[in-house]
Amino acid sequence: MSGIFKTFPYQEYILKGNAACPGCGATLILRYVLKALGHRTILVIPACCTSVIAGPYPKTAFGVPVLHIAFAASAAAASGIVEAVEQIGMRDVNVVVWAGDGGTVDIGLQALSGAAERNHNMVYICYDNEAYMNTGIQRSGATPYGAWTTTTPTGNKNVKKDLPMIMRAHNIPYIATLNPAFPNDIYSKVKKAKEIRGFKYFHALSPCPPGWRYDSSLTVEIARMAVLTGMWILYEQEYGDFRLTGPSRNLLEKRKRKPIVEYLKLQGRFRHLNDEDIDRIQRLVDDKWEEIKELLESNKINKK
Amino acid sequence: MSKKTILSGNHAAAYAVKLSRPDVISAYPITPQTSVIEKLSEFVENGELNARFIRVESEHSAMSAVLGAASVGARVYTATSSQGLLYMYEVCWWAAGARLPIVMGIITRAIAPPWSIWTDHNDILTLRDSGWIIMFAQDVQEVFDLTVQAFKIAEETSLPVAVGWDAFVVSHTVEPLEILSQEHVDRFLPKKKIGGHMLNFDDPFSLGNLTYPDDYMEFRYDIWKTQREALDIISNIYEEYSEISGRAYGGLLEDNMCDDADIILFMMGAASGDAIEAARLLREKGLKVGVCRLRVIRPFPAEEIAKKSERVKMIGVFDRDVSMGYSGVLATDIKSALKEYGVDVPVAEYIGGLGGRDLRVKDFLEIFEDMDKMARKGVKFSRKWIGLKEKYIGGAP
Repeated sequence: MSGIFKTFPYQEYILKGNAACPGCGATLILRYVLKALGHRTILVIPACCTSVIAGPYPKTAFGVPVLHIAFAASAAAASGIVEAVEQIGMRDVNVVVWAGDGGTVDIGLQALSGAAERNHNMVYICYDNEAYMNTGIQRSGATPYGAWTTTTPTGNKNVKKDLPMIMRAHNIPYIATLNPAFPNDIYSKVKKAKEIRGFKYFHALSPCPPGWRYDSSLTVEIARMAVLTGMWILYEQEYGDFRLTGPSRNLLEKRKRKPIVEYLKLQGRFRHLNDEDIDRIQRLVDDKWEEIKELLESNKINKK
Repeated sequence: MSKKTILSGNHAAAYAVKLSRPDVISAYPITPQTSVIEKLSEFVENGELNARFIRVESEHSAMSAVLGAASVGARVYTATSSQGLLYMYEVCWWAAGARLPIVMGIITRAIAPPWSIWTDHNDILTLRDSGWIIMFAQDVQEVFDLTVQAFKIAEETSLPVAVGWDAFVVSHTVEPLEILSQEHVDRFLPKKKIGGHMLNFDDPFSLGNLTYPDDYMEFRYDIWKTQREALDIISNIYEEYSEISGRAYGGLLEDNMCDDADIILFMMGAASGDAIEAARLLREKGLKVGVCRLRVIRPFPAEEIAKKSERVKMIGVFDRDVSMGYSGVLATDIKSALKEYGVDVPVAEYIGGLGGRDLRVKDFLEIFEDMDKMARKGVKFSRKWIGLKEKYIGGAP
């Protein structure tokens, strides 16, 4: 692994003294994202962990301008910024929504859907820590089946909403998933998206030590295990062309994926699960991979 | 250089917006606002107006989009009514708190349930405490005039400005008016200055970040202070505009026969026309009455209201709105203004015209006669609903 960071710019946009928890997966991702986009980036941040991480008035923890905005409003506010910068003649500006899973799959979904359908030239990144972490670990529409949260004390009975697949139905030019254990994958996808005109959607797995109940030293290990077990699938879709990326490319066959328990056992939020629950989660993962297979097949047919 | 024409209130607003050269417009359709944004879409699509029109999926997003656009320095406009305003309400507070010069037309419409598409003023008055500057037009000409002025007021105060007018009675009623030429408007409202309080890359600050108890209150104080100072700013802009347009409304309040009046009725909106007509008729009979029309609700012209009330026998307040559990919204503020300036005058409150209930000259004749009667009897205070069906009259005070 040594040497992979050599291609990354030295410039840091997440500054010292920011309020992120130790081991915050989201902040790690944002660090790589901003390195890929550079300083002419405007962040739009709804209510979420990062609205705290960004630091209190009169300071800022980020090296780029930030518009803080109401929970459900981020994609719409970014729409306004995008159209305004083009209309008043500001050049080479990246407008980026950086929102949590609650602000994306739940309360912000309407504004996101509208902005995507209008195909504004912007980047939307959902950092998915799979619950309302900023308010103290309450269940969201992105919480996986079985996970403990403070509002699902016996484990979540619902199945995680698959937002990137909903975004596929919007016919936007670019969709990709991200994972903090694979910075090169993040960097190259964001770089690519920067050159694509229109709406770009990213969904990033963001391990959360306090919310997922694990030691903060394990963030990257857990993120990596999410990919190796197939729980988190790395892919991108460019103008309808769907393909797997990173280690996920080799995990189409079930036998190549690690059993899901390898991911679950690292986290306190899954500690209470019985064998039946674990089987259910394994089936959900396997079913998702069947969907991916079908996608890849139809992709091949389309290409012919 | 001005042009005489005939337009509906909504189209007058659209022309005023076009002449004000906004960069970004964003709106979501709601009756009776729709003809404003239809006309603006037409202007944008036929090239008459060089602006971006964002056709959002909700009012919450409409206000968010213009907020985002204003945060990088764009001149922006939106319009809505009733439920739409309530749906965007959260972001309205955000707009004022972020000190962004957004202009919004509010075609006032009653709030459901039960469903109603007709006028009353409770919707726009929900903005009262938010930091928005609130102005209200009486007719089509004033919709045009206030809309052009609103952009200048917003940019000079760094506060959002709402311009209200009544559903259908003004929004869809076609009246003659005078439209300023582009040269006139350009001179009055120069191109928006880029710089200062807006997102930029040289000083990448955080707009609206977490603020501890050590600092939050000063943000609120700053808005409050600017609002108070805006009384003068608005008056000056009104004067500057009236020099260009040749139309003077009298500033924050429009005085109709109040100078020597024994009885004054305070109110706002289209029905003021009927009240003024009633006052004229009564003056012919020797009853000295006047109508004082509020054109600005926030900042509240308390001093001007108190001054008008100093030498009269009784004042009345007509509210086309109601604050449930107490009185009309305007009456609450006007009584407070009287106390503030030590004016001890009997007050008669009237609530009526809700949900588009028709208001006619006859209604205001009755109101003035009622006030005259009370003044003679020495009644200090009364509160009445006007135009209620008979079986509802009576009951609680």
